[in-house]
Amino acid sequence: MYRYDSYDQSMVDARVEEFRDQVQRRLTGALTEDQFKPLRLMNGLYLQLHAYMLRIAIPYGTLSARQMRKLGEIAQKYDRGYGHFTTRQNLQYNWIKLADAPDILAELATIEMHAIQTSGNCIRNISSDQYAGVSADEVADPRPWAELLRQWSSFHPEFTYLPRKFKIAVIASDEDRAAMRLHDIGLKLVERHGAIGAEVYAGGGMGRTPMVAPLIRDFVPEDEIISYLEACLRVYNRYGRRDNKYKARIKILVHELGVEEYQRQVEEEFAHMRTLGLNPPVEELDRIRAFFAPPAYESDLTQDIDRSDPAFALWVDRQVATHKAAGYAIVNISLKPLSGIPGDASAEQIELVASLAEQYSLDEIRVTHAQNLVLPHVKKADLYAIWQKLDEAGLAEANLDLITDIIACPGLDYCALANARSIPLAQKIAQRFADAERQAELGELKLKISGCINACGHHHAGHIGILGVDRKGVENFQLLLGGSGADDASLGQITGPGFSEDGVIDAIEKVTDIYLAQREGDERFLDTYRRIGMKPFKEAIYG
Amino acid sequence: MKILTGNDLVSGDVIWWAGDGWSRQVGDSIDVGQTGDDLARTEEAALRVVGAYVIDATITDEGVRPAHIKDRIRALGPTVRPDLTLKPNDADAGNWVI
Repeated sequence: MYRYDSYDQSMVDARVEEFRDQVQRRLTGALTEDQFKPLRLMNGLYLQLHAYMLRIAIPYGTLSARQMRKLGEIAQKYDRGYGHFTTRQNLQYNWIKLADAPDILAELATIEMHAIQTSGNCIRNISSDQYAGVSADEVADPRPWAELLRQWSSFHPEFTYLPRKFKIAVIASDEDRAAMRLHDIGLKLVERHGAIGAEVYAGGGMGRTPMVAPLIRDFVPEDEIISYLEACLRVYNRYGRRDNKYKARIKILVHELGVEEYQRQVEEEFAHMRTLGLNPPVEELDRIRAFFAPPAYESDLTQDIDRSDPAFALWVDRQVATHKAAGYAIVNISLKPLSGIPGDASAEQIELVASLAEQYSLDEIRVTHAQNLVLPHVKKADLYAIWQKLDEAGLAEANLDLITDIIACPGLDYCALANARSIPLAQKIAQRFADAERQAELGELKLKISGCINACGHHHAGHIGILGVDRKGVENFQLLLGGSGADDASLGQITGPGFSEDGVIDAIEKVTDIYLAQREGDERFLDTYRRIGMKPFKEAIYG
Repeated sequence: MKILTGNDLVSGDVIWWAGDGWSRQVGDSIDVGQTGDDLARTEEAALRVVGAYVIDATITDEGVRPAHIKDRIRALGPTVRPDLTLKPNDADAGNWVI
């Protein structure tokens, strides 16, 4: 894992002290709320429905055991004993006191973490593949590039006041586990003629105008990625719609200019950039890359897993993925217990995962955009011991990518922007489909719920998506079908008029019944939908 | 009736104007009539509240009830965590917001 150098540490420490002074001035009245609000947002501190909320950046979703443990301690000491893992691989605390915020940031700084650029119209936390570095299908570990982008984008003076927020994802596999094409810029590392570079996608995103990012350059050499991104951002910064918040994201610019014209302008800027010597020296990328060198895996480990305990075998089949090193496995920890809150983890659960990482996973944890956790380096021989400990802590649900592995934003239970509650709906859907055999029969089915049009719950990218809306003060839910955030990215289509909470659950049941009746071979729900189209589903739902 | 709500500047807690100060209980709210906006400005300047705003509410058998679901959730707490609401021992507390 990357470790801060003296520059990183001094920047973060200085920001903590700056914010401490700003909070003090707010508490004494030297700053009004209008003056203070942009300052607190630059440090990830929102005022939400019930209290202040602090959003912590987890760079490319990677945590050490030490960092994870501290996150649990902060939840216990300053919050109400839990945290919420988000769809951008971050962590949010829901009950923060303003006076405590600087102390929390100071504690985070001791573990090389912060909340900088987790809000505002800047480049946000870089997201990546939770299997980075351990997946057999990647052409390179994407984390060194993600870290390079973190350093480049942190306090970037030209891109601190962009027209709107800006999200970047980096992957390095054909299988997209990071919803890369639904980011403002998505980078896919590829190998061409023996050289590593990036396919660059720009103008994707969800929100009120969802778009799948088009490819704007099929290869940027690895040592020119920074220059190329500078060019992409410059064009956006210059021409993005600052006059209209709802049209200010890069996706609107790319759409309005057209892909070819945006490409042309970026190439023109890129040609200029190349003359400025902006790319970091190769030595710097090498320095960063060294932090992500593969660990010393043990050899001659057993490949066998004792599957005599049926509950354990079920969990292995669902939650354990193939690791690139023989004798090792990737463990997915579900944060979707059947009556739980998607993405929430108690301080005790956070501590447990930290301990498991320390003992069994070479000190590493990953956070996924689907609001689950990953232990990336587990010996197969240790799987049973890990499962037993997870089971005791309520973390052994075997539902990865099944209908109960629901992505849900905090919704109206916590969020000041929301129009409807996402979490209770997720819980009721999970209860309706709780039967393990039924879930297995339905197979991969990604269900995603957002409590408002901002789409933090990725409803556009759900095989089944749900959008909560406010209909004259009453919660109402629109149903979407056919979305995907994976390498077959697509946007869901609305079925028709919305439903009550109970009504949308009934509608989902009808939709799954149609799928089971119509599927061919080993088609997933999404495959069947794409083959037969919306009509049969619509007829079943609305009659 | 019109009632005034906001968040405590220091703790962030949801608070309701009770006539002689702020309360954590929506039931303590008083009708502020047309004085809400002035009160909000005064109280914000005194650093006792942040983001104060006036909402519609009604008096029911159960007390003061904000007109909009968002404010009813603010008044109660998250419906999915009864233990963190103002009625932690009432398993049906969440139904109050609907």
